[in-house]
Amino acid sequence: MNEYILEMKDITKEFPGVKALDNVNFKVRRGEIHCLVGENGAGKSTLMKVLSGVYPHGSYKGDIILNGETQKFRHITDSENAGIGIIYQELALIPELSIYENVFFGHEIRNGITIDWNKTISEAAKVLSKVRLQANLSTQVKNLGVGTQQLVEIAKALSKNVQLLILDEPTAALNEDDSQNLLLLLKELKSQGVTCIMVSHKLKEVNAIADTITVLRDGATICSMDASSQEISEREIIKNMVGREIENIYPKRENVDIGDVCFQIDDWTVEDPEKGRVILENINLNVRKGEIVGLQGLMGAGRTEFALSVFGNVPHYRIKSGKLTLEGKAVSFASPRDAINAGVAYVSEDRKGSGLILIQDIKYNISLANLAKLTRGIAINENQEIVEANAFKDSINIKTPSVQQLVGNLSGGNQQKVQLAKWMYVHPKVLILDEPTRGIDVGAKYEIYTLMNQLVESGMSILMISSELSEILGMSDRLYVMSEGKIAGELSRAEASEEAVMILATKS
Amino acid sequence: MSRTNTSKELTGEEISGTKTGLVSELGTLLKSNIRQYAMYITLVAIFIIFDILTNGIFLSSRNISNLILQTGYVAVLAIGMTMILVIRHIDLSVGFIAGFTGAVSALLMKNWGINEWVAILIVLCIGLAIGLYQGSLVAYVKVPAFVVTLAGMFIFRGMLLLVTQKTGSIIVDRKINNGYYSIANGFIPDKILSVPFGLKVHIMTVIVGLVAICLVIFLQMKARRNKRKYDFTVSSTPIFISGLILISIIIMAVVFLLSTYNGLPWTAVIVGVVLFIFNFILNKTALGRYIYGIGGNPEASELSGVNVKQVTMFVFASMSTLAALAGVMYTSRIGTAGPSAGVGFELDAIASAFIGGCAVTGGVGKVTNTIIGALVIMSLTSGFLLMGVDVAYQYIAKGIIFIIAVAFDVVTRRKRA
Repeated sequence: MNEYILEMKDITKEFPGVKALDNVNFKVRRGEIHCLVGENGAGKSTLMKVLSGVYPHGSYKGDIILNGETQKFRHITDSENAGIGIIYQELALIPELSIYENVFFGHEIRNGITIDWNKTISEAAKVLSKVRLQANLSTQVKNLGVGTQQLVEIAKALSKNVQLLILDEPTAALNEDDSQNLLLLLKELKSQGVTCIMVSHKLKEVNAIADTITVLRDGATICSMDASSQEISEREIIKNMVGREIENIYPKRENVDIGDVCFQIDDWTVEDPEKGRVILENINLNVRKGEIVGLQGLMGAGRTEFALSVFGNVPHYRIKSGKLTLEGKAVSFASPRDAINAGVAYVSEDRKGSGLILIQDIKYNISLANLAKLTRGIAINENQEIVEANAFKDSINIKTPSVQQLVGNLSGGNQQKVQLAKWMYVHPKVLILDEPTRGIDVGAKYEIYTLMNQLVESGMSILMISSELSEILGMSDRLYVMSEGKIAGELSRAEASEEAVMILATKS
Repeated sequence: MSRTNTSKELTGEEISGTKTGLVSELGTLLKSNIRQYAMYITLVAIFIIFDILTNGIFLSSRNISNLILQTGYVAVLAIGMTMILVIRHIDLSVGFIAGFTGAVSALLMKNWGINEWVAILIVLCIGLAIGLYQGSLVAYVKVPAFVVTLAGMFIFRGMLLLVTQKTGSIIVDRKINNGYYSIANGFIPDKILSVPFGLKVHIMTVIVGLVAICLVIFLQMKARRNKRKYDFTVSSTPIFISGLILISIIIMAVVFLLSTYNGLPWTAVIVGVVLFIFNFILNKTALGRYIYGIGGNPEASELSGVNVKQVTMFVFASMSTLAALAGVMYTSRIGTAGPSAGVGFELDAIASAFIGGCAVTGGVGKVTNTIIGALVIMSLTSGFLLMGVDVAYQYIAKGIIFIIAVAFDVVTRRKRA
């Protein structure tokens, strides 16, 4: 048997106008966990799509050698049959079907022309025990948490007898606990002989789990590092990813000038009528002028729900009690429009789902929340709109040939910048940032942090919601920790440490 | 934003030396608008084919005039339908709303002796009320538009029958209600003038055409001057001028054809005004932005401060009001309000909007292109009628062109994504 289960040789893939992959070489040893890292747009996803047959043989140059044999995948089922299983960031489960139905969806165990349900259930139980999932197998997938759904996906891949399991950002949507479980599971699968390729942005996880780390940059392989015997520093990985050393991931603010309380929320209690229970209880929180306040908590602690309920209550929760005070005046927001007019802006955590309009261009997205400013009489001044959008393009460095580019064609980091520009354009007093750097690369993260610092220096107040502990600790002047819909505690910058935050976050 | 090498305007002098510059600019222009040009080409092809098959009758001034009169009510419906499709909804009820409101207008004039203009105003209000009712079910109660308007299809078909069953078909008296009759049969006041080559032309129509051309040139020049003031890239002078000449020729050709028959139909004026209003709303106002925003991503729009419910109400109210207008136009055209009025209008309207480039996924669509879509659909009707071909083939041809248009649209969009 060959030492390498997979060799991708000199892979070149071109899109009209762009060389997405340029002679990439990628080798995976049998039975290892191989992490693939790189900035957004470095070509990781493209490489995995070439491997899995999404881009069929012939649309790229180079060879894929699996188990010593050259493969010509024409379709994703070809790679599946060859023993490659891929799990995408966006899970591909059917919410209305049960766990066991999902596991065998697409490759049902048949008995003639009908499905053999008894065998399906017993086989599903076997493979689910491999991923240590303890749940009623007939539970509908929509009733499971994201972490559990991830396990079902992996079980689904295992049921197809995969030898090579590819996970694309598997922990992006998971909280710390679920992430830890998943990493443990991957190690266990490794001991059972499954080879794993994990694409990830989270370098801490990469370090914890990888046997080999391959770095891609601008469509080329930069290096492959052996991480099984020695620890590779995050700084080393980052250096390879961005091609330069980033001195400090979290830029220091020059002149910290924190003023009076700008936005205050008292006794905020909210009920979700659909779930029929209180989801936020007695939240007390304030943000001062010129301050970045962090709001940390595990997935499901209610942070986004809190932000949405304050920002015009789009999900139509029942607000049972609570008072909002903006610059000393009592306010209430019946809609996002009210909140925007008062000076509160909310940057959504899900930029594709609820933040941006992908089929429209950059200028359209930037001006959408403040068209009144561009309107003379009843008509919009479209030329002025381009001028203003260009100003943002230059000032916050949106990488695009033109502001008439569709937002859907931009990378994650640039999309996030468009989102920020849109909300900066309404000139808010309070900016609520929900996961401002989720799924974007190190370089763009740094730019967004720098921008946040500039904004608070100019007198804005920022409330930053984040799952990433290091980000919260690195950026906040003060932070609150939420747990199960309540504020579990408040920490000053001096008091804040990973341990202190996690103790509060897991308090119930 | 200073002028850089990559984003400067290409002037005539710079072009003249480099012929490839012009060619490549034309190339990108064609490439980025392939969807739109495909539609124009389709329309031209249909015109030419029918003209050949009918030995020149199809493009005769009389038939073009009739084509415009026949397309009027579908064009009005399709303009409303464009907005409905952009915000990811559908309205199946428009046919019978048109049938019902048309019949009511005839009833009001004939049996109640109400002034024709008052009658029209009343049915437009009825249309608005229907739109508010259907819109509120969609926007506030969150019943899918498919269901609400399917129910509307039943309801307004029933109401149409109620209105017409006592009296049978209501015939509009063209002597008493000449204004009403003129809406879809009449022409603007004109004088016939003899010109060289033994031709007689309607001079007002020619003047309106010339004014329209001047207006187009003026507006285009103004937009271009404005862009230059902001230092933006504009299309090169030769391309800009050839574009203007092409538009002028097309307007002049249509106007000339019309002027040698009966002149400019009132229907064209009505459609022109409706088109102008909704094109302005969609492209120049915040409301229009919101309509496209909701179609592109309703959640993001709502979080950007867009009142999704109000905008949805506006779109449905506009649709049903336009349906009432279409009802009046159709009744005027036919001269009677019968129990079968409105059958299949919604299909023509939806097909027109899709052929005109509305995306099946919403968020994309232009009312100006929808008019072309309506012309494609109604040319098929008119052409097959002229050839005396069985109506069955007409439906099949419409269906085929419809599906090709949408499939082409889906493919070109996917390629660009």
